[in-house]
Amino acid sequence: MKNRTKWPSVYLAVLMALMYLPILLVIIYSFNESKITSVWGGFSLRWYTELFRDRTMFEALLNSLFVGVVSCFLAALIGTFGAVGMSKVSFRSKGVIEYASQLPMMIPEIVLGMVFLTYFSLLRLPFGMITLIIAHTAFCIPYVYMEVKARLVGLDPSYVEAAKDLGASEIRAFFDIIFPLMLPAVASGVLLAFAMSFDDVIISVFVTGVDVNTLPIKVYSQVKTGVTPKINALCTLMFAITVIVIVIFNIIRRKNDVKTLENKDL
Amino acid sequence: MRNKTSLERLAEVEDVILRLENIKKSFDGVTVLNGIDLDVKRGEFITLLGSSGCGKTTTLRIIGGLETADEGRVILEGVDVTNEEPNKRNVNTVFQNYALFPHMNVEQNVGYSLKIRRRSKEDIKKAVSDALQMVQLEGYEKRMPNELSGGQRQRIAIARAIVNEPKVLLLDEPLGALDLKLRRQMQIELKRLQKRLGITFIYITHDQEEALNMSDRIAVMRNGVFEQLGTASDVYDRPRTSYVAEFVGSANIIRGTAQGSDENTVRFVNSCGTGEVSRNGAAIKDGEDVVTAVRSEHIDLCSPESGAKGLRGTVKEKSFSGGMLRIEVGLEDGTSVVSSRHGINADWVPGDAVIASWDPEKAVLVDLEG
Amino acid sequence: MKKKKAAGNGAFKWFVMPIYLFTLFFVIGPLIYMVILSFLEREETWGVTNTFTFGNYLSIFDPIYLKTFAESLRLALISTVLVAFFGYVFGYFMAKLKPRMRKMMMMLLMIPFWTNSLIRLYGWIIIFRANGTLDSVLMAIGLIKEPLKLLYTYPAVVVGMIYALIPFMILSVYSSVEKMDWHLVEAARDLGATPAKAFWTVTFRLTLPGLLTGIILTFVPSMGLFFIADILGGNKVVLVGNLIQEQLMKVHNWPFAAALSVVLMLIMTVMIWAYRKIAKADELEARL
Repeated sequence: MKNRTKWPSVYLAVLMALMYLPILLVIIYSFNESKITSVWGGFSLRWYTELFRDRTMFEALLNSLFVGVVSCFLAALIGTFGAVGMSKVSFRSKGVIEYASQLPMMIPEIVLGMVFLTYFSLLRLPFGMITLIIAHTAFCIPYVYMEVKARLVGLDPSYVEAAKDLGASEIRAFFDIIFPLMLPAVASGVLLAFAMSFDDVIISVFVTGVDVNTLPIKVYSQVKTGVTPKINALCTLMFAITVIVIVIFNIIRRKNDVKTLENKDL
Repeated sequence: MRNKTSLERLAEVEDVILRLENIKKSFDGVTVLNGIDLDVKRGEFITLLGSSGCGKTTTLRIIGGLETADEGRVILEGVDVTNEEPNKRNVNTVFQNYALFPHMNVEQNVGYSLKIRRRSKEDIKKAVSDALQMVQLEGYEKRMPNELSGGQRQRIAIARAIVNEPKVLLLDEPLGALDLKLRRQMQIELKRLQKRLGITFIYITHDQEEALNMSDRIAVMRNGVFEQLGTASDVYDRPRTSYVAEFVGSANIIRGTAQGSDENTVRFVNSCGTGEVSRNGAAIKDGEDVVTAVRSEHIDLCSPESGAKGLRGTVKEKSFSGGMLRIEVGLEDGTSVVSSRHGINADWVPGDAVIASWDPEKAVLVDLEG
Repeated sequence: MKKKKAAGNGAFKWFVMPIYLFTLFFVIGPLIYMVILSFLEREETWGVTNTFTFGNYLSIFDPIYLKTFAESLRLALISTVLVAFFGYVFGYFMAKLKPRMRKMMMMLLMIPFWTNSLIRLYGWIIIFRANGTLDSVLMAIGLIKEPLKLLYTYPAVVVGMIYALIPFMILSVYSSVEKMDWHLVEAARDLGATPAKAFWTVTFRLTLPGLLTGIILTFVPSMGLFFIADILGGNKVVLVGNLIQEQLMKVHNWPFAAALSVVLMLIMTVMIWAYRKIAKADELEARL
């Protein structure tokens, strides 16, 4: 109706630019030939080659992937069955357990890290892969659980009723109807959880052993002590992985949304 | 169990396929069903008619096994199935929102109940294509539910429910989501389908026209009980209560005190004048309250000068809809009656004084309720 | 004859078994142990003895530690206020964009949201370090003569905090502004309100829940984010998070670390409880 002022767009653009500036700088400097970060010495893939030659980095990457995949798998199982089961059972302890299972998402990471560290040493668990996987599973479960639960709430109960009406038992109806309809939610929950696991530093630092490093732990120690620009290359790579996971996540989400929308449009 | 033989005999002799005995149900202390009794004969088309919250859907869900009755029994073909799971009953439901599985195509949806019963692939294919033919959707096997129109989804839902040849088909306002034109067409199709299949239909609706068009018998429900159970002409022409008369026939309810009645006709007076209604064996004595239902098309209007007997009032409003002229008359006691006529040539204008009367044969005595 | 359906648990009780067991053993168990630990005495060099004591809680009242708590609260408050301001404005403007632009912004926001904050923060080291990007740019345009050397200063930590937390604020404000019915604002304007008045009485009131959620999402983690202070603040800024980490990894005084954690969690619980109260009151008011 009138000439809209440009200020809002400028504000959004500036803040968004600031949001990406540090990431962009890291990416740019990862291709910098020079050993000193703030001096531009020409384009080169030198730090990437050095990074790939570094065996400990490669091991850390494998460790990160292994921890991420295993704990996401466990979280997917526990979270999906948990969310579906919780919607059906009527135990009195249900509310408490449900609330407690979501706590790892809400508790500050530093507290969660300390809690796991002390508890695992009380149980005399060997610090390393096992402790990493338990801790990561604990904070991955809420992401799967929340996604599945949200989808369950939106699920028309008459689907299950129709299945039972047509002769399916309760369990059969679960595997024929609920489970396939839940799959997209499980997938997006798992991806979120994986992104979280793949990025986690604080909890991992506390619960890992001497000889098991994950990629973020490597980054942390490099950021604190390191001087070589190798870290730029490492950060760029991790950033790329995160972006890929997020893009996949969004594609799944969108497909999912379209489906639900069409069904609503009766 | 001790009743089993007598129940079976009942099923055979009387041909009763489904019997409800004193069904009661409440949710969180609120009574929804308060003693429902019903015998449904094989091949019958029976409609539960009522406004929302009257308990009709709960009744249907109890028959289907999706809800368990607090009290009473559900007997299907002489077997007590009150506590059976829905998957153990040979009863299928067409859901209000169709509940087609969104991740399965038409063929998988329709064949679902057969797949569960481990029928062979060829059998399933054959049965699915038969069922689709029945609802005139051959060739739609590979479509997904979200690629179908509302009317098509509706037919698929019916095909899915009949493919397993249930003894009784339950339909929960199946036409509610369709537009008026499609609804009329589907009414005819449903009725035809029911005749051809010979399956018992139990149908739920809040639309009296739908009920009158399709049903062999109608149960008018209100507050968790059957207010009247009978054929379409029973509930339409001989409503038992004022509620049924108003809900089914949109009738005028007129009250008065009996005076000067004889053995064929009950005469009554109220502050607006007098009225007559055929007695039909009712034992009403002079001085007792009378409640009469007269449908609007039977109300005649004439001017006070004509000297006719009837109820005095003034024309309040005139409107024209669906080929009918509708005249609302405000009576002297503050109530009003509606008279309707085909055509538009009525000379009355708002403000005219009129006398409203009717043929006693067209009026019925009803119980006052509500 | 009258047999109720057996509460309907059936096979589904096996579904919840894993989550019950896992939660009991690896969430509730550890948390209970934390509380117990906070009442135990530490042994001379390593480990704990089974003696009950309030000592750990009492030593929090040591001025040094109290100062750390105060410092943490101060930083959390400063960060939260700044994040709330910048984030609210951002979320508000964003919700007023055209749908296609909104979708793009959303996508652009998702990426920093899910990217490791370490990576994002590392970029700030490049910017802030002596003779880093910021210094070079400012000196090149002649605004300053000497390098600012912002790295390892308090402002650097604040910037890092805002940077790490602002996506949470933007997203929660955005979602509540987006849901708003703009006709209400038009109605207010129609009834004679100035744009500012309409904003405060309608828009702001209706988007308050989103702002409150954002504040919780910012304030709660900002108390525990020790590595921002670590990376951008050097050893100059010590927060409760750093203290817990130090007690745990360097001093090995686990009971004290547990006590600190319990207090930190209590503060957060109170915050969340207050938020729920306000949010609920707000909801009630809105319904009236």
